[in-house]
Amino acid sequence: MTKMNMLQAINNALITAMTEDEKVMVFGEDVGHFGGVFRATSNLQHQFGKGRCFNTPLTEQGIIGFANGLASQGSVPVAEIQFGDYIFPAFDQIVNETAKFRYRSGGQFTCGTLTIRTPYGGGIAGGLYHSQSPEAFFAHIPGMKIVIPRNPYQAKGLLLASIRDDNPVLFMEPKRLYRASVGDVPEEDYELPLGKAEVVKKGEHISLLAWGAQVEVIEKAAEMAENDGISCEIIDLRSILPWDAQTVSESVKKTGRLLINHEAPQTGGFASEISATVQERCFLYLESPITRVCGLDTPYPLAHEKEYMPDHLKTYEAIKRCVNF
Amino acid sequence: MVNFGGVGYIRGFMVDERNHLSDVGISHKVNVIDKGTVDIPMLQILQPDGSVHSDADMPEIDKEAALKIFRTMHYIRVLDERMVGAQRQGRISFYLACSGEEASIIGSAAALSDNDMIMSQYREQGALAYRGYRTEQFMNQMFSNKLDPNKGRQMPIHYGDKALNFMTISSPLGTQIPQAAGYAYGQKMAGNEALTICYFGEGAASEGDFHAGLNMASVLNCPVIFFCRNNGYAISTPANEQFSGDGIASRGLGYGIKTIRVDGNDVLAVYLATQKAREIALKEHCPVLIEAMTYRLAAHSTSDDPTGYRSKEEEQKWRVKDPVQRFENWMKSKDWLDEEQHKQFVEQTRQEVLAAMKKAEQVDICEIDDLINDVYDAPPWHLKEQLSELKKHISLYPEAYPKTSGRIRHD
Ligand SMILES: Cc1ncc(C[n+]2csc(CCOP(=O)(O)OP(=O)(O)O)c2C)c(N)n1
Ligand SMILES: [Mg+2]
Repeated sequence: MTKMNMLQAINNALITAMTEDEKVMVFGEDVGHFGGVFRATSNLQHQFGKGRCFNTPLTEQGIIGFANGLASQGSVPVAEIQFGDYIFPAFDQIVNETAKFRYRSGGQFTCGTLTIRTPYGGGIAGGLYHSQSPEAFFAHIPGMKIVIPRNPYQAKGLLLASIRDDNPVLFMEPKRLYRASVGDVPEEDYELPLGKAEVVKKGEHISLLAWGAQVEVIEKAAEMAENDGISCEIIDLRSILPWDAQTVSESVKKTGRLLINHEAPQTGGFASEISATVQERCFLYLESPITRVCGLDTPYPLAHEKEYMPDHLKTYEAIKRCVNF
Repeated sequence: MVNFGGVGYIRGFMVDERNHLSDVGISHKVNVIDKGTVDIPMLQILQPDGSVHSDADMPEIDKEAALKIFRTMHYIRVLDERMVGAQRQGRISFYLACSGEEASIIGSAAALSDNDMIMSQYREQGALAYRGYRTEQFMNQMFSNKLDPNKGRQMPIHYGDKALNFMTISSPLGTQIPQAAGYAYGQKMAGNEALTICYFGEGAASEGDFHAGLNMASVLNCPVIFFCRNNGYAISTPANEQFSGDGIASRGLGYGIKTIRVDGNDVLAVYLATQKAREIALKEHCPVLIEAMTYRLAAHSTSDDPTGYRSKEEEQKWRVKDPVQRFENWMKSKDWLDEEQHKQFVEQTRQEVLAAMKKAEQVDICEIDDLINDVYDAPPWHLKEQLSELKKHISLYPEAYPKTSGRIRHD
């Protein structure tokens, strides 16, 4: 075990994957010599050469198009989009190509080896275009997996599993935790399962569900609620697609209540999908309506960032409302 | 558009016929056209020491105009230096300087009319200052306070000012390029004697939007000046990892766009090139591409440290080509510079920047009600509902939201 922050854990996972399989190639804007604007790809070019870790021209559409072709050839691309906010020029390549390659060719061709890494999320004074959480857009596309880690240990294990999974994976990294989250990470190779949520803490009265950096937020709210005698079960969804409806439903059947927290705007956010499924599966177990604590339905603001965020206080108040319904 | 061969007409404007087979020469040998086949020279009027090339075209420029450019250059140097400092002190979250590129940015802005729309990337504060943006306005944006016309919603340096015809900056790169074509088309259709200038970096020119925008502008005869600041870097990525062709200028030819390459550190050359481009764009209703060859002496932004990707020697090579010094030497040779007066101007600017900063820092951010304004023309029910919940919540925890809690109006 070594203490690592999330960036170091990601870097370590990339080194592990590139060492084990020479078909793994890492590329994107500034990822080469410089090691990426957040330094997640530090030293990779030095260690594995320019052929396997390189800068691309500044075109997200190009990066993902190139990655799709490379994946379909059988290589293992790990493409970086510098900020989640800048993934949209590649939207067509992802939605119509990455996700549909396998289906449209009857399984003859696939982009299954592709992993797209991108930092996402707010809380860093990034304003409209360095803060967004676009997971729900991609959750609407059959054919892609979406994975989001909450700490360094999760990041390494989930990234290795994503790179090796035979489906294209969008791996979204909560950038507010890049340096802030530090923890023990095994030096050796390990994988954590995709499509599996993790119950981070057991509880009785309400299930709290989040992913990425918001797990910390619900943990903080849960602590406040515990002081009021409310026992919270905390779940990290980890995979947005396919998502672990079973773990979530089992928890809700036990506690009778569900609160979902995400940073993205509420309308059309992934919490909506979860709510719909959980009420179908757990209708008779629910003691109160499923509650969402989300970003507001506005673009991500700068000056009003604190007010905009679905923080622990909003979550705590919502927990009380839910329990006292 | 009708007809074959000869001249076609679109809404009264003459355009060259573009039949794909017309005028194609025939060869009986395999002709491989390699890069470098077309040599695109760079317009330079001032030598690096500020003296004039003897045979150079000269722009018409009087002392007053030259002084305005010169002062704006120095104004921006002071602003950049102070704001990088302010970011280091933690007073603002982010800044991005334009050192080394003042001639490209200010020289081009000076060749425009105030009616021309400016669509910038983010390093063009010099153009905005030249237009007349005041220090307090710069500060209000950077401190995200309620006097910022963009209501404090965007990161520092994302200026926008309707009155000055300066389109609000958007971080996603290249998006303004096709927009500039559209804006210019609108200007043409409205019969305005005005065009659009669109600034972008050589990095942003790799985006699909660049190619879409230039092609649209060319095909639709839009009076737009595409002004590329080729400053050698896109964050850490050097231009030679960005493209293999002959810079950005060579692409103009491919899209059938009139193109000028200019020494971006020579303010007179930039000024003349932009004047010429403006004249052509308005008279012939067409886009013109300018590639300014320059160097980003600054770090990419305050989030960046260039020592990780380029050498001090390389920077030094460009420092001696400093565009401000070059212009200063020329101004002196014309005897247009009163050094005492100039010193005073710089000192005064420093004071002004410091004072404006102190003042802007004290101004509140917008009230919380502004959070939901401008999402649509008027807030729909769900936003009103979210706002009202939010206000109740803030009132419950006023100390957690200190910037807005003192000013909550429940209605
Ligand atoms: C679509 C998009 N992708 C990536 C970024 C991140 N980014 C901001 S500036 C920059 C480099 C731009 O370089 P260039 O266009 O040459 O302009 P310069 O900074 O040199 O003035 C990058 C990659 C972005 N803002 N938008
Ligand atoms: Mg550049």
